[in-house]
Amino acid sequence: MEIGESIQELRVTPDKYLPHRYAGASGDFNPIHIDPEFAKQVGLPGNILHGLWMMAQVARAHTEAAGGDPRSLKRLSVQFRGMGFPEQELAVTATVRDASNGRVVTETVAAQGDNQVIRNAEAELQID
Amino acid sequence: MALKTDAVGKEFASAEYEVGREKIREFANAVGEASPVHQDRDAAKEAGFRDVVAPPMFCVVYSAPAMGPVILDPEVGINLATMLHGSQEFEWDEPVCSGDVITTTPTVKEIYEKDGKGFYVFESLSTNQDGKQVVRGTWTNIVRGI
Repeated sequence: MEIGESIQELRVTPDKYLPHRYAGASGDFNPIHIDPEFAKQVGLPGNILHGLWMMAQVARAHTEAAGGDPRSLKRLSVQFRGMGFPEQELAVTATVRDASNGRVVTETVAAQGDNQVIRNAEAELQID
Repeated sequence: MALKTDAVGKEFASAEYEVGREKIREFANAVGEASPVHQDRDAAKEAGFRDVVAPPMFCVVYSAPAMGPVILDPEVGINLATMLHGSQEFEWDEPVCSGDVITTTPTVKEIYEKDGKGFYVFESLSTNQDGKQVVRGTWTNIVRGI
């Protein structure tokens, strides 16, 4: 991986019930993620994706680019900047910003169409 | 209303989490981590792990029992109804495998006001049963309209 190079883009469309499965897997049952009626009552357009599920897609884009070894991801920081929704495709796009001594640092965005849900993400990978 | 910052530096009780194989599988499936090292013991061992290994973001599962009480602490004083997850950072060390017992200790790092919003920054340190650090987390929650 060289500076300026893009890593393999990850595209995934969470189905309608994905937030329920992630709620069970993670233990985060905040109703804004799983109850469309509750979400509307508090002023949201509908139930929204868990930010940490979206972060997990950014993490996965990186471990997959590094050959699938979970040990390759050393650090990941993200800023949540928009609401993500079920049944819309999420694209994770990462560009290599720095590469030296087997360490790669990327700059990453996760978006649904024009809606950037994660911005200014920075990941550090160890490539052996 | 002025932002309460008394809780900065407050340390909270550590919480233990025992990692189970089925929980790793369930989490890996929910986030789409398809590698057999998250599903199959033999594949994990072949790749050099003690047992089925957790995907990096599984840290949110074993950190949760420690972080929950911090967010709900009356001294911290977060208004949950207007709270957003602002940003998140994790730094990983030793991999986490089925059978590990992870201890997480949370701290309140910073509470400050910016643009009419309250920023609450928490840190978590997680170690395994051998005392090795597995992850350090920095959790930033934003509360609107303080």
